[in-house]
Amino acid sequence: MIRPTLKGQRLVALFLLGWLMFNYPLLSLFAGNARLWGIPLVYVYLFLAWAVLIGAMALIIERRDH
Amino acid sequence: MLTGALIVVISFAYVGLLFAIAYYGDKRADSGRSIIANPYIYTLSLAVYCTSWTFYGSVGRAATTGIGFLPIYLGPTLMAALWWYVLLKMVRISKAHRITSIADFIGSRYGKSHLLGGLVTIIAVLGIVPYIALQLKAISASFTTILQYPNTLVSFTSETMPFVQDNTFYVAMLLAAFTILFGTRHLDATERHEGLVAAIAFESVVKLVAFIAVGLFVTFGMFDGFDDLFSKAAAVPELNALLVQGGAGGNYTTWASLTVLSMLAIILLPRQFQVAVVENVNERHLNKAIWLFPLYLFAINIFVLPIALGGMMHFPAGTVDADTFVLTLPLSEQKTWLALLAFVGGLSASTGMVIVETIALSTMVCNDLVMPILLRWKFLGLTERADLSNLLLAIRRSAIVLVLALGYGYFYLAGEAYALVSIGLISFSAVAQFAPAMLGGLFWKGGTRLGALYGLSAGFLVWLYSLLLPSFAKSGWLPITFLTEGIFGIDLLKPQQLLGLQGMDEITHCLFWSMIVNVGLYVSVSLWRRPTAAEHSQANLFVDVLRHVAAGSGSRFWRGSATVADLQTLLGRFIGPERASESFAAYARSQGINGVEQLTANAVLVHYVESQIAGSIGSASARDMVASVVVEEPLALEEVMTIIDEASQALAYSRQLEQKSRELEAATNELRSANQRLQELDRLKDDFISTVTHELRTPLTSIRAFSEILGDNPQLESDQRTKFLGIITRESERLTRLINQVLDLAKIESGAAEWHPSALDMREVIEDATTALSQIYKGRGIQLTTDLPDGLPVVYADRDRIFQVVLNLLSNAANFCDKPESKVHVSVIEEDTALRIEISDNGIGISAADQNIIFEKFRQVSDAMAGKPKGSGLGLAISREIVQHYKGRLWVVSTPGLGSTFAFTLPLPRSKLAFLAA
Repeated sequence: MIRPTLKGQRLVALFLLGWLMFNYPLLSLFAGNARLWGIPLVYVYLFLAWAVLIGAMALIIERRDH
Repeated sequence: MLTGALIVVISFAYVGLLFAIAYYGDKRADSGRSIIANPYIYTLSLAVYCTSWTFYGSVGRAATTGIGFLPIYLGPTLMAALWWYVLLKMVRISKAHRITSIADFIGSRYGKSHLLGGLVTIIAVLGIVPYIALQLKAISASFTTILQYPNTLVSFTSETMPFVQDNTFYVAMLLAAFTILFGTRHLDATERHEGLVAAIAFESVVKLVAFIAVGLFVTFGMFDGFDDLFSKAAAVPELNALLVQGGAGGNYTTWASLTVLSMLAIILLPRQFQVAVVENVNERHLNKAIWLFPLYLFAINIFVLPIALGGMMHFPAGTVDADTFVLTLPLSEQKTWLALLAFVGGLSASTGMVIVETIALSTMVCNDLVMPILLRWKFLGLTERADLSNLLLAIRRSAIVLVLALGYGYFYLAGEAYALVSIGLISFSAVAQFAPAMLGGLFWKGGTRLGALYGLSAGFLVWLYSLLLPSFAKSGWLPITFLTEGIFGIDLLKPQQLLGLQGMDEITHCLFWSMIVNVGLYVSVSLWRRPTAAEHSQANLFVDVLRHVAAGSGSRFWRGSATVADLQTLLGRFIGPERASESFAAYARSQGINGVEQLTANAVLVHYVESQIAGSIGSASARDMVASVVVEEPLALEEVMTIIDEASQALAYSRQLEQKSRELEAATNELRSANQRLQELDRLKDDFISTVTHELRTPLTSIRAFSEILGDNPQLESDQRTKFLGIITRESERLTRLINQVLDLAKIESGAAEWHPSALDMREVIEDATTALSQIYKGRGIQLTTDLPDGLPVVYADRDRIFQVVLNLLSNAANFCDKPESKVHVSVIEEDTALRIEISDNGIGISAADQNIIFEKFRQVSDAMAGKPKGSGLGLAISREIVQHYKGRLWVVSTPGLGSTFAFTLPLPRSKLAFLAA
């Protein structure tokens, strides 16, 4: 929290990306009957996007800037 | 299979375990070895977000809307990315100003407003108490389900059994006891409850483990992994329809509005504010929580859909309520212990929420509703009471009991009503009304108290009308026509189709309209007029909190006078005398001061006390209480100096300017005096010329007169003629002498004179001079004596000039001696660095006024006795010039009537001195 600027801005960017991924219209691309590993595509997509988002947040937070 | 007794024992044992953990946590905190001071416990405590509504309800929601349960968890994930700015600010502000609830926060932001704090409290209580009731209902339902299995259908539709109802009542009582014990153990300015947080974190672990255990059992025990489960589900037509009905459970608008709603809920729900802000130990813990908390949500949601699908495939449609799948699936497979684990998990989800929410609400009710009113009622004399801490604790405890009683009462009355079942999102919508005042207050300095008040009230009314009252109507407590035909049958006022707006679900509809009026009024009323000083000062402190590194110095520019004892007594009234004295001692230590008695009641201490009290009774009331013992006074000089610190550069610059101007003034003065001197010299020159011409004219007139006499009278007698010619000759000589002297003086003054220095024996010079004048002295009968010691050192000077000086002084002396027995004495005295020659007479003397002017040109002592001036008036002037040329001094000491002593010095040459010394 000492140098909030860069990390904070990255997180805000991530928020915007997340909002984009989790909502219409991107979300509608994965609707329908398609399946991956037998699971409806939209579930796979949402959980994968969610995991990626959390991973990116962890990366931003835990990375040591020099 | 599972007896009621066993369930009851397990339930109460579990709550007992919570007591133990909380007790341990408090003990560790007291001994300074906190078990919750790490980001993991902090994250787990944040997971109080996941209530029984998550634990049981998500599965139920998934069973009807497919993926539609997910936005409630995606929203907080997105919000977590913004915590870096939003939550950090809230934590910083709250720590700096000892803010202990969201009502206090909003009230404090807008000029420490009682009214706003009270309004927020009322909205929170109305919105949250039913939510607490829902948790109690979940506990009751899980009791019923697990006891009556396999008679599963009864659980949510039949009358609750008296036995279960009683048990729920006891559980509620137990929770109240727990909350009172660990939530109001003592009044503390920080209002942090370490033991309680430890228990909450433990509950978060239990519910996560329980839910994942059931999920793993369903997915891998009952089915052959995700692939198998989803494939089989796809084979069932109804389930397949559920799965393919669209990416957002069919409605992207609902999806988006639920995302927004849960984003706001994660920071605005009173229990979230409690754990995330108030109970925060260190703001650094926020860092890890930003990604750990979404990870927790992710983990607890993985198996929601599998459990829902598994349950729907396992039980014939309509036989088992989907909300109970977490319990009934293990039961149906005879996994009794797993079912018990699930039951405990559900219990932990419910109790955790109830405990934290009750704490948060009771703090609000006490600090922002009851205390401001009680303090205002003068006849209670509360402001004079010596110790308010017991009263405060009593109010806090009563509030806890009241909140839980209200929750239980609502659960008891509402039962299976729609108003209870749907309360989750209705609660979210209620707290979302805080968003404009809260977020606007964090980032916009222009927001005012009135703006927040109007926005919040209007949003709240819209929520009441379009969401809460319709839920009552649907429960049959209000005529259903209210919903279908609008109030008084006015079509445009249909609660869930306001102004005819259609095509939205009720939550989105309410969110849309309430936010329109809330944000609209907040912004427009705020812009209507300028913020007051109090609002402006708070706005700066809140919005710029990340810039004000030195938190807590908020009232640096505020100054009052109070005694340390007064302040300590005041604090003691709210948190108890012992804790107050501890607190003051801690403060003294933090200031590097040895003892409390050495503290001074400065602005920082006053702020410290105010913020300590704020923890107990809210910031607005604290401000009033402190003001009652502190007399405000104008800013002290040091503070003014601090304020103008930035101007010190300008000050230094101005000082330089001042100096320059002073120098300029001095130069001007010099110029002015030089000018005056010039004018004086000019005047002197004029005087000199007129005097010279006058002096020249006297002998000339005389010469001319006698020449004419001689010319006109050729027959004049010879002795007469000789006498006249003698006069003419004397006058001519005088004229010549005068002109010579004038030329001499002019030469010396202009530096053009020629000097011929040589080694001079003063004794010889004086003897020559006395010899030259001996006739004159004899003629006048003046006795001339000399005192000339032998072996006088030589001086280097022009012999003729020095001779001139001595001669001049001797003839002056003669001129002053008119009386008989006149004496003139000449002496030479050898000093360290010079020879002093003194010529004394016993004549008429010179008055003090004349002593100064006789050395000027043409000035003569005008004395009646002296008669006509006897000299040219230049002699002394020339003598002084000569002496000064040789770095000597010429002066006179005289007493009128007794005589005068003229003296001059001639410096000895240095080499000579050295020679003599050797």
